[in-house]
Amino acid sequence: MSSEPTIELVDIYKSFGSTRVLEGVTLPLFPGEVHSLMGENGAGKSTLVKIMAGLHLADQGAIRMDGHEVLFRSTAQAQHAGVSVIYQEPTLFRDLSIAENVFMHRQPKTPYGWIDYAAMNRAVSAHLKQLGVSLRPEDPVLGLSIADQQIVEIIKALTFEAKVLIMDEPTAALSVEEVKRLFQVVERLRGKEVAVMFVSHRLEEVFAISQRITVMRDGRVVGSGPVKEWTTDEVIRKMVGRSLEALYPKEKVEPGKVVLRVRDLRRAGVFKDISFEVRQGEIVGLAGLVGAGRSEVARAIFGIDPLDSGEVSVSETTLRNHTPQDAMAAGMGLVPEDRQQQGLVMEMTATRNVTLTVLHQLRRFGLVSREKERQIAARWTQRMLLKGHIEEPVNILSGGNQQKVVLAKWLATEPRLLIVDEPTRGVDVGAKSEVHRTLGQLAKEGMAIIMISSDLPEVIGMADRVLVMHEGKLTAELSRSEATEEAIMFAATGQAASKTKLREMKNVPDPQE
Amino acid sequence: MFPTHKNEFKSGSTGLGWLNVFLRSREASLVLLIAVLTTVTTALNPRFLSPQSLKDLMLNVSIIALLVLGQTVIILMRQIDLSISSIVGITAFLSGTLFLNHPGIPSLVVVAIAILAGLLLGAINAALIAWGKIPALITTLGTLYIFRGANYAWVHGRQVNAANVPGSFLAIGTATFLGIPILTWIVLILLVIFAIGLRQYRAGREYYAIGSNPTAAVLAGINVSRRIATGFAISGAIAGLAGALWLARFGTVDATAGEGIELTVITSTVVGGVAITGGVGTVVGAVLGALLLSVFSSTLVFLRVPSFWQQAFQGAMLLLAIALDAYLAHRHAMRSRVKWSHV
Repeated sequence: MSSEPTIELVDIYKSFGSTRVLEGVTLPLFPGEVHSLMGENGAGKSTLVKIMAGLHLADQGAIRMDGHEVLFRSTAQAQHAGVSVIYQEPTLFRDLSIAENVFMHRQPKTPYGWIDYAAMNRAVSAHLKQLGVSLRPEDPVLGLSIADQQIVEIIKALTFEAKVLIMDEPTAALSVEEVKRLFQVVERLRGKEVAVMFVSHRLEEVFAISQRITVMRDGRVVGSGPVKEWTTDEVIRKMVGRSLEALYPKEKVEPGKVVLRVRDLRRAGVFKDISFEVRQGEIVGLAGLVGAGRSEVARAIFGIDPLDSGEVSVSETTLRNHTPQDAMAAGMGLVPEDRQQQGLVMEMTATRNVTLTVLHQLRRFGLVSREKERQIAARWTQRMLLKGHIEEPVNILSGGNQQKVVLAKWLATEPRLLIVDEPTRGVDVGAKSEVHRTLGQLAKEGMAIIMISSDLPEVIGMADRVLVMHEGKLTAELSRSEATEEAIMFAATGQAASKTKLREMKNVPDPQE
Repeated sequence: MFPTHKNEFKSGSTGLGWLNVFLRSREASLVLLIAVLTTVTTALNPRFLSPQSLKDLMLNVSIIALLVLGQTVIILMRQIDLSISSIVGITAFLSGTLFLNHPGIPSLVVVAIAILAGLLLGAINAALIAWGKIPALITTLGTLYIFRGANYAWVHGRQVNAANVPGSFLAIGTATFLGIPILTWIVLILLVIFAIGLRQYRAGREYYAIGSNPTAAVLAGINVSRRIATGFAISGAIAGLAGALWLARFGTVDATAGEGIELTVITSTVVGGVAITGGVGTVVGAVLGALLLSVFSSTLVFLRVPSFWQQAFQGAMLLLAIALDAYLAHRHAMRSRVKWSHV
């Protein structure tokens, strides 16, 4: 193995607005080596990939290829320099053939200037054979599995004679067999002295395929070295290693009656075997990595997405094939992850937004009573300590205040069960603690709360119980005392069974409670 | 990872193999439908295949088929051009006034000017859509009215008559070569050029790429804005040519020439298998779509079906074609979903 890196990121800094995403990241990729990049959600991995792909420019720092400094202003520049990126969701022309996808915009031509389909198909066919894949170059991409689509992307990279191949979570949507085949392909690429970067959350895979591992946390490299210097425990510790910062004001509440009971929820290809209960006064954290299926479970419970099987009951009511209206009538509220797209009508005032969920209560002679509207809005926004004018459109409010409006909107329905999805993403520290305080207060008053969050300290600080999801399944249920960052990360990366002694997944209440 | 119904799908589709082949080649199914319609109608009324009625059929379909060529390029990119009928109107009257005011002007010069005028009007659409980023539906709906309005103002109740147009030019719409009208030959030659262009040149494939996945097209290094602009300019130029040929075919032109044909053109294109969602279809299929609709209207006439039923049938065919496309796409999607969710 040569000691000169094919490509090297040197001291890269990158900020978006006032948020610093990368701080002095240095990362070399060597020929014939697979270098895995690991880190929690938001550690800065994707931004790093996008800088190498030519989608973002670094604020500071340099990219060196074979010792020379290069600047990628576009994806085309990166591609022509020999850097190819394969994203989790391939970007292909589904209506065109595999060969056309590989050669779009640079098709080989016959001497008469026509596209040389025969040459194109021959070249792709040779690559397919070499990779041991039984597809035909004339086949349309429409109908190919994600795994096969990735093969098409890899062949595209090969025809560019890529020296660097970056794979951003390529295995997330693949089956075991497909992962095996992908790894065989990667081995062949190593043989051709390609430098491979592998971004993944799956520890087993990372240890199986890489020669080198780098761990990032909060935009910095916190550890880097040959794979033999690492253990899985070590990687996880580096990924999460930070102290619990803020004080989380969740008081101990004696859990009351069961409010929500879900049994064997299944949605084909998304999640399965989901069973759990939530009691009055409880905050149940739902942890897991991006794509584990947490939001999808919440959407299904609330009746937005259909379930293939399973049962949802709220208090005594069992819901079947229910709509969000049914869920609301049964006493559920859902604060979605994406405020701007799903939670708010950005052009309307805070007052109007808050009362959207309770319009039927405001009717007088069939029309909406402005006075009642103002009363209800005032009550709930005051409760949320909303700063700013509630008669202004919400798009001029800060992210934290917008989140308070969304919460107030759902509190106005006085739900028995509130599902909050990433309640503090993108809000400042002050607003964050106010959101936490409100959630704690609501639980104390007897509301049952499910909190989906990728912010581990938040989950550990706020939740009475933590459910962890990995690839569409519940992999752990941890009591407050068991829920450490390490334990959650083990379960979230699918390591729970072998690495920690966790209680069997059952619907029994925590012995401590 | 998750249980699926993979096997059910497999066994379900094998029994209908021949049907799949038939459904998948839109061109084959269109030819078959046209043949069936012709056979049935001829059996009921043998005059349907007389030389005169065949010639009428070809003349009727030619101008629509010509416009379908331009519209195919547009719809392949997931765009739409409604303004073509107004461009036909302007250029038809423009061609007539050129003959009227400049007696002895060569026909080729008139045709060239009409094409150029169409190109310029198309360029207005192109600029608004590709660089102004106004959706094509809105832009061309706007220019459909603007161009037609300008035409009314300019024509101001006048009319060009066949007497003002030289006989050699009118011959395009009347004379035949090898039994096929000159007008139809022009369209056939352009059809071959478009078919080769869209299949055998990089630029042609890029129209498909843009309609199939605009994001991926950008990543592949395609200049999407420029390609879209070129498409609308081509559509305009084709409409300009269609305007000149309109004059040759009908001889008489007033301000209403071409009104409403944009919907027939779009219907033909979609019935011909060019997906309204872009990326799929061929010009040969689209022209066969135009032919099918034309044969169908003639059939209704020969079978003495009241003419007000014709539009209803045309609409029903459009919905049928779209439903078929949606069904085929859905079946593909189901297969791929099942494929990747299995373990």
